[in-house]
Amino acid sequence: MHSPFELSVENPAIEQETRTAEELDLPWQVVVHNDPVNLMTYVTMVFQKVFGLTRENAERHMLEVHQQGRSILWSGMRERAELYVQQLHGYLLLATLERTN
Amino acid sequence: MEIRRQGGCIEISELDPFLAELLRQVPESTNTEGVEGAQQRLFSSPAPASQSEICAEWKLYVEPELRRLFQTATETVAVDLQQLNGSTKPFANCTLRIPTKNSDAWLNALNQARLVIAAKYNFNEAELCDHYRSPIGSRRDLGLFQVNFYGFLQEFILHELEKG
Repeated sequence: MHSPFELSVENPAIEQETRTAEELDLPWQVVVHNDPVNLMTYVTMVFQKVFGLTRENAERHMLEVHQQGRSILWSGMRERAELYVQQLHGYLLLATLERTN
Repeated sequence: MEIRRQGGCIEISELDPFLAELLRQVPESTNTEGVEGAQQRLFSSPAPASQSEICAEWKLYVEPELRRLFQTATETVAVDLQQLNGSTKPFANCTLRIPTKNSDAWLNALNQARLVIAAKYNFNEAELCDHYRSPIGSRRDLGLFQVNFYGFLQEFILHELEKG
């Protein structure tokens, strides 16, 4: 006969908890893509307005978009990322939300 | 053509009939009907195709809002442009006053027009950077001129907004 203590040690009841990525809500990122039509000054202005960036920082991101094809402007929770992408689309910028690696 | 800040307006004076006509065409140029590339550009995907749920929700809830936003901007610009339909003599230069409170609407409508025209004629990056192409020998050349002219106006409006 096993004491209750022994039983719990030999056959521990392990509860497995599984969560999908959605449940964990892994951080998402807001990515702006290069576009040959939008003016550099316009893109800089949009970054300042939407993300509250300084002129210098906004220009750095704008140049990154221009030279490397894309720039990550923000990362965090999905809802806020969606809101940022919606604002950027309202300014007619090419923007997507992507899951961070 | 002269552009300057005048009180609460951005004043574009000495507008010759050709440039005035290009300005009149801004609202019409934002029309994406029949230009699939323009539709795709103005209402671009919010996420990679693998995120099909996000894309579907976006089409349902966000796209109609964006349509309304773009439509409102175009309507505001169309009202301002009614100044150009006055009873001035044919071929006379005219003046357009854009209230600074409408600057955002103008920036948006000009951007819509530039994107739609660029999609319609499928301009590449090199063409879009060719600001001195002349003479205008085709409808496509005129389209490029429009894109550049509207871009020039955007630059000026942005410059004025920066000055505050």
